Amino acid sequence: LVSFSGSMEPAFHRGDLLFLTNRIEDPIRVGEIVVFRIEGREIPIVHRVLKIHEKQNGDIKFLTKGDNNAVDDRGLYKRGQHWLEKKDVVGRARGFVPYIGIVTILMNDYPKFKYAVLFLLGLFVLVHRE
Amino acid sequence: LRKNVEDFTGPRVRSDLGFVTFDITADILGGRKGMVFFLTCIHLQSIFDWNVKQLFLYLSAEYSTKNNALNQVVLWDKIMLRGDNPRLFLKDMKSKYFFFDDGNGLKGNRNVTLTLSWNVVPNAGILPLVTGSGHVSVPFPDTYETTKSY
Repeated sequence: LVSFSGSMEPAFHRGDLLFLTNRIEDPIRVGEIVVFRIEGREIPIVHRVLKIHEKQNGDIKFLTKGDNNAVDDRGLYKRGQHWLEKKDVVGRARGFVPYIGIVTILMNDYPKFKYAVLFLLGLFVLVHRE
Repeated sequence: LRKNVEDFTGPRVRSDLGFVTFDITADILGGRKGMVFFLTCIHLQSIFDWNVKQLFLYLSAEYSTKNNALNQVVLWDKIMLRGDNPRLFLKDMKSKYFFFDDGNGLKGNRNVTLTLSWNVVPNAGILPLVTGSGHVSVPFPDTYETTKSY
């Protein structure tokens, strides 16, 4: 899953590639990063679990929030919906690779790399022109 | 309530946590709300290796009620980037998020446990959640307060 919004910055940035698992038996606990879909919407959201209330029989309702958002996700849920449930979960983020981001990071941290990239791009353009 | 300094030890970290004092008031408005103040001193230096971009720290309260067998509420969180001061000395902090229960389960609840955990966010790789090994119990009173004392 590619992250395309900035609501989980600075952990994930646009273009980062997330690795998910979807083991139903994994309990949902606060602090976890879940991927969920809101009924009627196609686009999944990747946010952190802020609150859970779980019954003895395993029924659970929980609330999420993006790290970079000032408020929790209730404004994003369906009208009248206050909680998410297990059925809304598409997966859990277990790892990630900064996909497109890595090139800009390297260019930032290592100016020599940036110049090399620019130099190579320049060469590329010149060569192509001929 | 006074507590001794406790060690939080996780697989890659050694931190000190001091809970010196905290106040709890339950607000009578609407649902049963609890406000928690706490003083903590946290030191997380050794976890920041080359592949750790940031830590997402959060303090959560865990408890059981008649309505729900398990409740977990994040009271406070903080993003600590590599390069930030790894020593946190937070005095008289209010909970960042409203501590609402799903029902009236906070009144007289003696077994509310606060734990500090963190999500290690690497530059690339796995995203582990680590729970600190210390925890503090926060007993809620049997009666509601009629005035807000925030």
